[in-house]
Amino acid sequence: MFIAKVIIKRRPTILDPAGKAVEQGAKLLGISNVSGTRIGKYIEFIVNTDDKSAADNEVKIYCEKLLSNPIMEDFEYTLEEI
Amino acid sequence: MSKIKFGVVTFPGSNCDYDAFYAINNVLGYKTELIWHKDTDLKNSDVIVLPGGFSYGDYLRTGAIARFSPIMDSVIDFALKGGFVLGICNGFQILLEAGLLPGVMLKNESLKFVCKNIYLKIINRNTFFTNKLNKDVIKLPIKHGEGNYFADEKTLNELEENDQIIFKYASKYGEISAKYNPNGSVKNIAGISNREKNILGLMPHPENACDPILGNTDGSLIFSSLVKNLLNLIEV
Repeated sequence: MFIAKVIIKRRPTILDPAGKAVEQGAKLLGISNVSGTRIGKYIEFIVNTDDKSAADNEVKIYCEKLLSNPIMEDFEYTLEEI
Repeated sequence: MSKIKFGVVTFPGSNCDYDAFYAINNVLGYKTELIWHKDTDLKNSDVIVLPGGFSYGDYLRTGAIARFSPIMDSVIDFALKGGFVLGICNGFQILLEAGLLPGVMLKNESLKFVCKNIYLKIINRNTFFTNKLNKDVIKLPIKHGEGNYFADEKTLNELEENDQIIFKYASKYGEISAKYNPNGSVKNIAGISNREKNILGLMPHPENACDPILGNTDGSLIFSSLVKNLLNLIEV
């Protein structure tokens, strides 16, 4: 069994309205030294196989076809045996 | 026009600010002014309304960013000095984020956005917002995705001990049970106040139940209760 930890981020060239709105909140709070706030997603799940290459393949398909939108997002993940 | 003045705050993303303005000013005839969130002047309002909507797109937690809008320092100051503040839906969430009311909002238990009329039992009739109501149960609309009020047991005990639970979701006959709870809120809570009872937050929308053309005017009872009490204060 493996645990997959996936991070999904908007591509750097694509506007991130959530990041912008939250950063505006930071300025209102009086925090002046933060910039470039980007909000992504962290997703964690178990993969029920002992075959690392099969697990890797399934995670990749899951990320490409469902968890991320490849038109505007990039993903990265780790697989740890548990 | 009445001597009592309402101020309705517009945050970026508010979409019920004009509903509140229209209901209070045009339908009920109480003097009302819209206040921009970047202002700090409450324009001599006797009551501040934090309206519903999706302030700052709800991008972090609902109401979390709005709490830091410049106007909120004035609203907090006003509220802590005893000024009357009514937070409706997202406005209620902003009051929680600002620490003016205790607890948090979670996503609806159904994970669905709910938009329908519900019934509210008035639990505490001894507040300026509720003491002139001539009904035990009122009908108001709700429209929210994150209205599942939650507080830990200690906070809930304090809310009960200090009579801060003002409204609960109920049947039209006032029966309180989980089947009449639209969002999973703890103890069917729909609205609470602070200890002093000058700050009220509720998820349902009284401003959308004022105009007779909508077929439901129970929301107007909350505004008129408040106004009658405030006028009494002035006259005394």
